[in-house]
Amino acid sequence: MKVGLIPTGIANVASVTRGLERLGATVERVEDGEAAARVDRLVLPGVGAFSAAMEVLRARGFDRAIRAHVEAKKPLLAVCLGFQLLGASSEEAAGTAGLGIHDGAFVRFGPDVRCPHLGWNSIEPEPGCRHLRSGHVFFAHSFRLREPPAGWRVATADHQGPFVAAVERGPILATQFHPELSGVIGKNLLERWLQGASSC
Amino acid sequence: MLKVRIIPCLDTRDGRVVKGIRFQNLVDAGDPVEASSRYEVEGADELVVLDVSATPEGRAHRHETVEAIRKALSLPLTCGGGVRRVEDVRLLLEAGADKVAVNTAAVEHPELLSELAQRFGTQCIVVAVDAARRVEPGPDGVSSWEVVTRSGRHRTGVDAVAWCAEAERRGAGEVLLTSWDRDGTRQGYDTELLAAVRGRVRCPVVASGGASQVDHFVAGVESGADALLAASIFHYGEVRVADLKRALGDRGVPVRPAGEPAAGTGGVQ
Repeated sequence: MKVGLIPTGIANVASVTRGLERLGATVERVEDGEAAARVDRLVLPGVGAFSAAMEVLRARGFDRAIRAHVEAKKPLLAVCLGFQLLGASSEEAAGTAGLGIHDGAFVRFGPDVRCPHLGWNSIEPEPGCRHLRSGHVFFAHSFRLREPPAGWRVATADHQGPFVAAVERGPILATQFHPELSGVIGKNLLERWLQGASSC
Repeated sequence: MLKVRIIPCLDTRDGRVVKGIRFQNLVDAGDPVEASSRYEVEGADELVVLDVSATPEGRAHRHETVEAIRKALSLPLTCGGGVRRVEDVRLLLEAGADKVAVNTAAVEHPELLSELAQRFGTQCIVVAVDAARRVEPGPDGVSSWEVVTRSGRHRTGVDAVAWCAEAERRGAGEVLLTSWDRDGTRQGYDTELLAAVRGRVRCPVVASGGASQVDHFVAGVESGADALLAASIFHYGEVRVADLKRALGDRGVPVRPAGEPAAGTGGVQ
């Protein structure tokens, strides 16, 4: 099974790639929007800065390719910063619009809590989730989404109050945490996404 | 709620795990890929791999080691040891590290941390601080520690607690805090040091150096550590990660259950 990986930066690309390969997928870097448009399953990983990553997405035509991919209801997995890039905006980059695939606006954790939110926390999916299950998963982020975006099934976690740990809609799965670093629970989640992908 | 992480640390040299006391007298402690996989099964929450190769030839093995570990491991992996340049960090991330620890180079060139955080993201950058107690207390009569670098050979005179705060301000997303006095001694973490650093930084603090019993790990958490690192007690099988997590859970420390999910469950439904 072939998966196209959008290179937003260097960090966690190896982890995501190896995680999917362990499940039998073939992961190929797609170098621009045209290449991304030829792939049925896309992964948007990401660690780093919101504005720099958006710049890369726009400069190489990934923004249009991702929107078209979502409109065609093709499988997409977005991880960590990838989840944030799908949203409307982030406090990290005032004035930079996200892809707007969900309407989430990400804000920094408040001053009275450990930041980055780094480590294992438990997530609780709402009923009806197709991919997400409850359990402990690994997070590494400083910005979070407080309100569930409209039209998505969500899983929540708690760090100074509840926040959105992941969202899903059909074959689209976007996680604030890192499934590729979340042991067996993460592996099972990736597997459900891949298998769901093949039936779409 | 965020759980307290248990982190086995592998010191590697020339592609093998080694262990010594106060960074000296290193002895072979096994194959790093085998050790990593065992720790994942036992319920470790993360792994730290520090390369202690003395020569560039030895260090050349390290990317292969990181790649091999990454291939098998579904846990976060922090790598460090001899990281001096932006390029070193890039290569380690490319090989499969999720976080990179910077020690001596950050003390000598603090602006390196800002550059790394900007380029790779704060949550990727760990400042590793080796702190040694000063013989004389500070001017206000309380304990103080200074940063030691170059594997303990150089006492910098830099105040360790103030350095942790500066490193965070410059972009480090985590402090890996090793007590140079306690490392390898089995006498427990330097809890006073942990509490002093905890009071000055907002990012997670990883306790390191000296833990050999459950009480030591509990004391680390009570002193404000977010994660607990140990090396030899895990390598030599004196303490199993799963048993430690169970014992910590019984003592009220929030940990990710070691056996989650149980074998054969949680699969595709």
